[in-house]
Amino acid sequence: MCRLSQEKVVKITTDVDTLRSEIKDKSVRVIDVRREEDYKKNHIPTAVNLPLANLLSDDSPERVIKLINSMGIDDETSVVVYDDTFGALASRVAWTLEYLGHSDVSLLDTTYSRWKSIGLENDNLVPEVQTKEHSLKLRPEILATSDYLESAKEKEGVILVDNRERLNFLEQHIPGAMSLPYRTLATQDKILRPKEDMKRLLDNRGISGDTEIITYCGSVGTLSGLAYYALKSVGLPNVKLYVRSFKEWKGLSKPTEKQEEANYWDLSAE
Amino acid sequence: MYFEFYEPKFPISKIYNRNQRHWFVLTLSNLKQHRPKSRKGKINWARSQEADHFANTVKLYRQGKYDADSFRRFRLQHGAYGTRLTSDYAMVRIKLPAGEIYPHQLEKLSQLSEQFSIGSAHFSTRENIQLHWVVLEDVSEIFRGLAEVGLTTREACGNSIRNVMCSPLSGVCPDEEFDSTPYALATARFFLRNPMAQNLPRKFKFNFTCCEKHGMVRMVDVGLIPQTRQQEGSTQKGFKVFLGGGLGNKSFVGYQLEEFTPEEDLLFTSMAVVRIFDRIGDRKNMARNRMRYLVNEMGWEKFQNLVLKERAIVRATQSVVTRLNVDDTPNEIKRPIRISDESGSSNSDGYERWLKGNTFKQKQSGYYSVFITLEAGDITSNQLNILSELIQDFSSEGLARCGFNQDVALRFVHEDDLPRLYSQLLNAGLAKSGALTMAAPIGCSGTTSCNLALTNSHRLAKEIQRKFLELKLDEDDDLRDSSIKISGCPNSCGQHGIATIGFFGGGGRVGKDMYPNYMMQLGGRSDGETMLGISCLRVPAKRVIPVILKIIDLFKQNKKPEDDLKSWIRRVVNGIDDSEIKSMDDIKKILTPLITPPSKTDDPDFYSDYGNDTSYHTKTGKGECAA
Ligand code: SF4
Repeated sequence: MCRLSQEKVVKITTDVDTLRSEIKDKSVRVIDVRREEDYKKNHIPTAVNLPLANLLSDDSPERVIKLINSMGIDDETSVVVYDDTFGALASRVAWTLEYLGHSDVSLLDTTYSRWKSIGLENDNLVPEVQTKEHSLKLRPEILATSDYLESAKEKEGVILVDNRERLNFLEQHIPGAMSLPYRTLATQDKILRPKEDMKRLLDNRGISGDTEIITYCGSVGTLSGLAYYALKSVGLPNVKLYVRSFKEWKGLSKPTEKQEEANYWDLSAE
Repeated sequence: MYFEFYEPKFPISKIYNRNQRHWFVLTLSNLKQHRPKSRKGKINWARSQEADHFANTVKLYRQGKYDADSFRRFRLQHGAYGTRLTSDYAMVRIKLPAGEIYPHQLEKLSQLSEQFSIGSAHFSTRENIQLHWVVLEDVSEIFRGLAEVGLTTREACGNSIRNVMCSPLSGVCPDEEFDSTPYALATARFFLRNPMAQNLPRKFKFNFTCCEKHGMVRMVDVGLIPQTRQQEGSTQKGFKVFLGGGLGNKSFVGYQLEEFTPEEDLLFTSMAVVRIFDRIGDRKNMARNRMRYLVNEMGWEKFQNLVLKERAIVRATQSVVTRLNVDDTPNEIKRPIRISDESGSSNSDGYERWLKGNTFKQKQSGYYSVFITLEAGDITSNQLNILSELIQDFSSEGLARCGFNQDVALRFVHEDDLPRLYSQLLNAGLAKSGALTMAAPIGCSGTTSCNLALTNSHRLAKEIQRKFLELKLDEDDDLRDSSIKISGCPNSCGQHGIATIGFFGGGGRVGKDMYPNYMMQLGGRSDGETMLGISCLRVPAKRVIPVILKIIDLFKQNKKPEDDLKSWIRRVVNGIDDSEIKSMDDIKKILTPLITPPSKTDDPDFYSDYGNDTSYHTKTGKGECAA
């Protein structure tokens, strides 16, 4: 498949069949973001391992670019990321690549367990990788910091989306946020709903057009990373990830809001 | 798995049952393996276009193109309630006519509760399943999902004919004349979306049951018990029909319409009653417009005559095609093939205890109905999935039936399979004992979500259940037939009026300090000797458990050999016992020291309700009658 970079369609997810043929063609770099011990047992053939914990231990651009190089990724490499946690961890890694200026990255549209359960190939071979040189062109327009968020919130029309579970949201959230739990975004066997479904769901919530949207979750931008891609999947152009999320917000003692005068926790059977 | 990248769902302080947390039940990896095709219901209750219509109406309402009152009516008509002190969220009530629920429907509810609610769902007292704290804009998505599995929320709230109930034992009860389930389903089907029932003066309820003992036919607008009579050498089916009962701020016991209502007259009778209510029911006075007030004001005999006359008119003017579509082809009973080899733990003492308090021997030999008690009706999405699997693996009829006590039953379980079912329920946290005993109290939603609530009745019910199980009171035969029911305000969603020991919430005060308080009523019952509980005294929330235990104590000291708690309390409230405790006044005297408020400095906990760390105060919004 020959695509000129200008014409590239934004591809959010890659389906199983496409990935398998890309692996056969050796036209893709697959990243497995599970823990090293899981990766070692077995993984999708040719995949390299970048545990999310490793990335997060220091996600400064200088270090991450080195990681990218060592995985044999340059500006032109097509990358597919997968995990076993409904796409949330993979999203966080994919977003990081995008933030550093890599444009051709997508998520496997299902999880590794599902991949295995439908009997697809896997092995425990660690591929030989030739280091490459990736350029560094940061894309601050997809990142929200706490300072940015604080000022953006005041702007007319900016939508702030909280992707934690409903009860956590009711208990405490950033003022003005809308609750869209990460589970809402998926289907039984895909990490994201089909486009039409997702569009209708978001449209009902008034999320459409070129509004600026900022997503956040509990701690490191995984659940909200998935939401970032969910929003991109319906073509919303202006989405940012508040990557340090609610943990940082609370740590900075910024204002929060809660649903008062109701004992919703006592409705939970957990 | 990567726990470290998630915030715990539940702050530790909020967790009271931590070993049942299932963090990663949602991973796609947990996809279940395929079983043989599960049985599906014969009736599709849904209409998929209602989802779009609802979504569009919400948009218009948010844009200010739909006034609040009309929107409220519309929302209720479609089964979505408002939520405590907010207009952002709704409670979605899913109707399960005759209480029937199929495996694929439970799976869908599991998904929907994960996606759009709080990861738990709630079994109500009227065979509905509720999803709470749903974003109003997402309600239509739930409708869409429900339509895929043939379920509806239509007319689950509002001034319409609410879910048509049927006893969970109909079809298996040794005392029933015949199975009324097909009649309940046919009635539900006839009235659902029927123009004659879209704008009644107020909500309207039908309850079918199996026998006198297992149902609430005198506490509802129309209650029906199947009966038969011999005529010209053949057996004729029919019903005892009770009209005008109901629980509420003011409760009434229903009257029997006539000796015998033949089955052909069932529909005409129902239509006649609905038509009379529609025509002359009170549409103005919201507090007094249930049909029972009409019956009460008019006097029973006059009302009875009116119904009989109206029925004659209905019968004469209906074309021959207006009849109930009663499908009484029996459900296929097929014992599921055993798919795994592990055996149950029938020799653990937990098993015997569970067997005694949770199972019911059916009239079909070798089969049992197994009741699952849920704390105040709450069940996790993961448990819903497991329930779906257990139906397929254990119920020979391939479906489950909701109970009246915020519970659910698997029927037609073969007796040889009981130990294995028990061990699987145990693994899933669904084997709490005492489902059919006093140890399974009812609590309405209270301050967890209801606009009118004054107290956290929901949590109180959970606390009582835990205490009862801890003390093994579920094993006490003297308590078995008694009940505890709690409402969070004087409305009767928690059915306190028919409980052996019932409570409804209010606020108490010492100087300027408020504390959560309940009026306690004793002696209510809903069987053949239906009566409403008599008010005893006000009991502070944090003293409810000691007071109940004290009453049990008094009973033990004063009972006669053949007494159970229910019969003893009956004598006491009627002032005819001859032991030391002769009347309600004697009970009051003994309990009074237990309910005296301590000072706030001595016992600050007394001044906060369950589930709160802060001092109690009352706050309510506009009621939508969140039954
Ligand atoms: S209105 Fe009903 S649900 Fe609400 S607190 Fe009162 S009794 Fe409970």
